[in-house]
Amino acid sequence: MKITLKVWRQQNANSKGQFKTYVADHVSSDMSFLEMLDVLNTSLIKKGEEPIHFDHDCREGICGMCSLYINGHPHGPQQTTTCQLHMRTFKDGETITVEPWRAKAFPVIKDLVVDRTAFDRIQQAGGYVTVNTGGVPDANEIPIPKKIADEAFDAAACIGCGACVAACKNASAMLFVSAKVSQLALLPQGHAERKERVEKMVAQMDAEGFGACTNTRACEAECPKAISVTNIARMNREYFSAMFSSYEVKVGGGGE
Amino acid sequence: MKLESKVPEGPLAEKWTKHKFNLKLVNPANKRKYEVIVVGTGLAGASAAASLGELGYNVKAFCFQDSPRRAHSIAAQGGINAAKNYQNDGDSVYRLFYDTIKGGDYRAREANVYRLAEVSVNIIDQCVAQGVPFAREYGGLLANRSFGGAQVSRTFYARGQTGQQLLLGAYSALNRQIANGKVKMYSRTEMLDVVVVDGKARGIITRDLVTGKIESHSAHAVLLCTGGYGNVFYLSTNAKGSNVTAAWRAHKKGALFGNPCFTQIHPTCIPVSGDHQSKLTLMSESLRNDGRVWVPKVAHKGLKAKEAKSITETDRDYFLERKYPSFGNLVPRDVASRNAKMMCDEGRGVGATGLAVFLDFADAIKRDGKDTIAAKYGNLFDMYKQITGDDPYEMPMMIFPAVHYTMGGLWVDYNLMTTVPGLYSLGEANFSDHGANRLGASALMQGLADGYFVIPYTIGDYLANIGWNDKVGTDHPVFKEAINAVNSSVSKLLSIKGKKTVDEFHRELGLTMWEYCGMSRNAEGLKTAKKKIQELKNEFWQNVNILGSASELNMELEKAGRVADFIELGELMVDDALNRAESCGGHFREESQTPDGEALRKDDEFTYASAWQYQGENQAEVLHKEELRFENVKLTQRSYK
Repeated sequence: MKITLKVWRQQNANSKGQFKTYVADHVSSDMSFLEMLDVLNTSLIKKGEEPIHFDHDCREGICGMCSLYINGHPHGPQQTTTCQLHMRTFKDGETITVEPWRAKAFPVIKDLVVDRTAFDRIQQAGGYVTVNTGGVPDANEIPIPKKIADEAFDAAACIGCGACVAACKNASAMLFVSAKVSQLALLPQGHAERKERVEKMVAQMDAEGFGACTNTRACEAECPKAISVTNIARMNREYFSAMFSSYEVKVGGGGE
Repeated sequence: MKLESKVPEGPLAEKWTKHKFNLKLVNPANKRKYEVIVVGTGLAGASAAASLGELGYNVKAFCFQDSPRRAHSIAAQGGINAAKNYQNDGDSVYRLFYDTIKGGDYRAREANVYRLAEVSVNIIDQCVAQGVPFAREYGGLLANRSFGGAQVSRTFYARGQTGQQLLLGAYSALNRQIANGKVKMYSRTEMLDVVVVDGKARGIITRDLVTGKIESHSAHAVLLCTGGYGNVFYLSTNAKGSNVTAAWRAHKKGALFGNPCFTQIHPTCIPVSGDHQSKLTLMSESLRNDGRVWVPKVAHKGLKAKEAKSITETDRDYFLERKYPSFGNLVPRDVASRNAKMMCDEGRGVGATGLAVFLDFADAIKRDGKDTIAAKYGNLFDMYKQITGDDPYEMPMMIFPAVHYTMGGLWVDYNLMTTVPGLYSLGEANFSDHGANRLGASALMQGLADGYFVIPYTIGDYLANIGWNDKVGTDHPVFKEAINAVNSSVSKLLSIKGKKTVDEFHRELGLTMWEYCGMSRNAEGLKTAKKKIQELKNEFWQNVNILGSASELNMELEKAGRVADFIELGELMVDDALNRAESCGGHFREESQTPDGEALRKDDEFTYASAWQYQGENQAEVLHKEELRFENVKLTQRSYK
């Protein structure tokens, strides 16, 4: 196959970027998209041109590191991660446009690499159960109905890649945040802190500069792990419930 | 140098309890006066950093990925073992210990393995308390499955994404400590050297991968939780970034390297499809619970999966079932891998390259129905189809062994300390618990055991002994020297401006390692490999081409440093494989086999762990031996027939 690529090149966070056009010859349909870029990069180095920088690591669809915006879709035309996209999806002679995730909260570091540490800070704000190592009950002392455990798992399957943000015209992180909030709101282990958690995580999400939910479900349509927008509904419910009931605690709760 | 394993005296089952009592404690008010560096944030690193932060130590944690959540533990699929005996099927701490030591072909330390089995039960409790969504039965209790040839069901799992869920649990505990200010997290930061002053580890030198800035960090102790070195083979199931650099540079600073030749080749991976191949994808071993492995009885060159149906039942050789009737398709990984290779060596391999065997679910689908099989393996079947374009519901999968895990690593004592005082190694980065072969679902167990339940106890003893005043600041001349050394090695790499890319060197190294130091090894081949690797090393330092500068994100530069270390490690692996003239676990020396082609251990000569000491640039390393004493189990030849 012969593929024409229009790739976003940007030296660093402060410089202005632009599209550059490359031709990839001898592309095999068995190649993954990233392998096609590997081969292109080797040819660029041979020509003395700096290779295209892109994030990737596990290349088996689970680490969430790869993050290319291909032909107007995060991770490309299929509902999968970029690393699991194969060239057999494209036609010989096709022109493919490759961009980084575009969002204010995900500044470009170089070429197609963006800074997603905002996601980490949201998790640090409350995406955990307060439990120290040791001193916990036997695992089977907390029975959890299979249905609930499965639903929690569906939410926990999020890989934190940021495709939801890239897909959203408001660059909203609602799907990502709601997945963690849902997981811990569904499970009994998360109940003690459920109100505080959702408030803190949403506050951090806003502080990072992510936009509001558009209700268009673009995030769900593009999510490589099929995280459902039901989680957003659940998070909204959790949030309103927390807002109404935790006010008193904040004002009246002694100690501070 | 005398290797002291520091294994406590006393009966096996009481060693750890007694040892915990004998270890010194750090007064709670004094813990905040200590600093600990943790490199790597996979299961071992994240759990250690979180647990140490909870105890009150000041922790600095480092990872080269953009977030600690992306460490390669995330990709582990199958599950995690624990001796809970929830299934009432005869499991116990002793049985998990026994299975692990036997599975490791008697090349691990009894006391370490027993402790691993002992704390395994606590790990499950901890993870559940964090909100890890393990698979459950309808009654709400935890589900288990049998895994990797175990005769009991002791594996806990979260669909095919157990590693992901366990890591996200540890990551959440880590996040809590970051928010509390007890852990300072440095992502996109790579460790490039360990700083040793007065014989103790005092800190590390790092490179900020975004700005290129070389920095120093000092601490009272340094923990290397940096994973395995399977990428020395270029193609492996490891993530592209997985590397040996932290461990190797510690090795050059005095930490002995244990059993470097012990690598695990996983039998069920998707075969190579062409020269562009950048990594190999593992299909969970759990597939062997229902899939049947076969090749045609007579060679059919280039047989495709969709043509498999044309081979009638009588013309198929279900070779694992034939050779190992009692374990069948569930023989341990090393046995399954070696047999697949033997079939391909006989010319009976399938697929375009002839380097593949079938893993067939047709009988299982007929027996249990498509829905049942889909519920068990749906995500794996989808993944297979995504990568190969073939549908495993309709035709058999094609699989071939691939490098998956390295049992070798930095030599550590019972306290997980390397031969450099104050320098520890946890998880896959150390050599300690799996001997010559790791059992399925035991890697996650070891990573979390080390991080949650071993290091929080053992590190206190060291810290209490040295005292919080015993610290060296980053203004010490040795830190300055280390910074200069790292800077000059980075400049050297960039100045070569040769003709070959880093990947080309890496690929070449990988081919040599796979050919001569892979599933099957012999003295002559290993000597050839040594020569080739030495030549490759010379060429690398004269002919590698790295563009860009040191003061920006430069992924070629990152890779170059890692590949330079892999080349040196490769030579040591070959030396170790050459020295160990026996077959054990994943290490198969052709000179040492039984008449029917099974691995033959030589206990009289080789019941030891090898520990190699670095002697300087281009000098032969010196071998030290830690004799392994078995007081509780009788060494037997493994048989799965």
